[in-house]
Amino acid sequence: MILNMFQSVGEAVFDRFAGVGRASIMLFGALFGIPNFRKGFPLFVKQVYVVGVQSLTIIMVSGLFIGMVLALQGYTVLVDYGAEDSLGPMVGLSLLRELGPVVTGLLFAGRAGSALTAEIGLMKSTEQLSSMEMMAIDPLRRVVAPRFWAGLFCMPLLAIIFSTIGIFGGHLVGVEWLGIDAGNFWSIMQSKVDLVDDVFNGVIKSIVFAIVVTWIALYKGYNAIPTADGISKATTDTVVQASLAVLGLDFVLTVFMFGG
Amino acid sequence: MPESIPQYSVEIEQLSFSRGDRPIYTDINMRFPKGKVTAIMGPSGIGKTTLLRLIGGQIKPDSGSIVFRGHNIPTLGRKKLYQVRQDMSMLFQSGALFTDMSVFDNVAFAIREHTKLPEDIIRTMVLLKLEAVGLRGARDLMPHELSGGMARRAALARAIALDPKLIMYDEPFAGQDPISMGVIVRLIKQLNDSLGLTSIVVSHDVPEVMSIADYVYIIADQRVIGKGTPKELLINESPLVQQFMQGLPDGPVPFHYKAEDYHCELLGGIK
Repeated sequence: MILNMFQSVGEAVFDRFAGVGRASIMLFGALFGIPNFRKGFPLFVKQVYVVGVQSLTIIMVSGLFIGMVLALQGYTVLVDYGAEDSLGPMVGLSLLRELGPVVTGLLFAGRAGSALTAEIGLMKSTEQLSSMEMMAIDPLRRVVAPRFWAGLFCMPLLAIIFSTIGIFGGHLVGVEWLGIDAGNFWSIMQSKVDLVDDVFNGVIKSIVFAIVVTWIALYKGYNAIPTADGISKATTDTVVQASLAVLGLDFVLTVFMFGG
Repeated sequence: MPESIPQYSVEIEQLSFSRGDRPIYTDINMRFPKGKVTAIMGPSGIGKTTLLRLIGGQIKPDSGSIVFRGHNIPTLGRKKLYQVRQDMSMLFQSGALFTDMSVFDNVAFAIREHTKLPEDIIRTMVLLKLEAVGLRGARDLMPHELSGGMARRAALARAIALDPKLIMYDEPFAGQDPISMGVIVRLIKQLNDSLGLTSIVVSHDVPEVMSIADYVYIIADQRVIGKGTPKELLINESPLVQQFMQGLPDGPVPFHYKAEDYHCELLGGIK
């Protein structure tokens, strides 16, 4: 009984490690081949459109609303202490340091990550990946690599756009609606937000999230069991694991960046 | 072709392969003569498709050799394997057309990937291949707009795009109506003869296979149970071969899946 329990725990742990190993081999195979820019670049551009441009709407709308809510909630607290002029830095710092990269990561996992997993899983189940292999074309280079680079390229940009629109949303609510002085809003924000500490660290976070989310999405699709059930599970796994990874890594990164 | 000059495109020797604990093949030997249509037949689920994947190097055997044009496939490194694969081609059961590309782009795909030919030459090549399968007029259609038979023909055009030396067909007749089945049967034979290909056809449609194959292997129970020309197989005395050729429901391959005694199970153990 106890032996069986140990055995099943051991197997589960080994499976996890084997999974990480397989995922690493996949990523290595995709990224460290000899790149062919003539053929690879158009594929990259197409994926930037699919993964990045098509995610713009959800990112911009979410950014706007989160910025507006942040300003509204912040104002109701700050006004009690007569500190409503600090609304600018509060909105700016929250978005640039945390909400921009994190919410973009979560939305990206839901919007683009799940689509990547489902697409690659279906390509596998309809034997498109196998047929590519038989045509002597490596699906890791042709299918996985451009999607990975596109994810890595797009997510930091999306996070910056998210934060920018969010700050604009904060301005709409704080200045235009609640009547905070526009000069105070912008100038205090400018003096409190540091380019390296806040903006760059936020971008670094979003680069880390981009790697993790895209990697999980591609691996789950590439390794999906090629049935309807398998692909549905892979897609769910992508969203759940990528979201948890974003939140967990955010804590770790925050400790390193702002903890000391 | 005289028997004394062995001219084989693919030679399989002492091949064993198992999936987990389940053996699929045990020490099988097969040879596929150059320029001929060789069929592999056998009941469903005995790993005929697996054999094609083994030849294509997509999976590795436990032991044995698979020699294609002088290269032992299982021992090849990744780079060499990809080079060797440029001489072989496979028609998948589902067609496996790339769903985000038109028929034309599907056929042009391998040519564009492997050559640096200008677009006008690629266009000519693609139209020639599409003409051969009768789909020149369907070049701008997307895969979801094709019927099952057309999709398979388009996939066939894609498979011959780079003039391979060997083409493997995985169940080319499965799920086809009689007309498109006839078309595909004719195409396989025509392409084989006119392009000088070696063809391996995996199927369990006995009459269709018998009509085009030069040589036939029948596989069951992890081994080759019958081989020969179609004529030889029709008079083969093995009950297993005859059961398969005539499509008898029961025989050496039992109708019932392995189970405990029928009466015993129904009566709860009372005999």
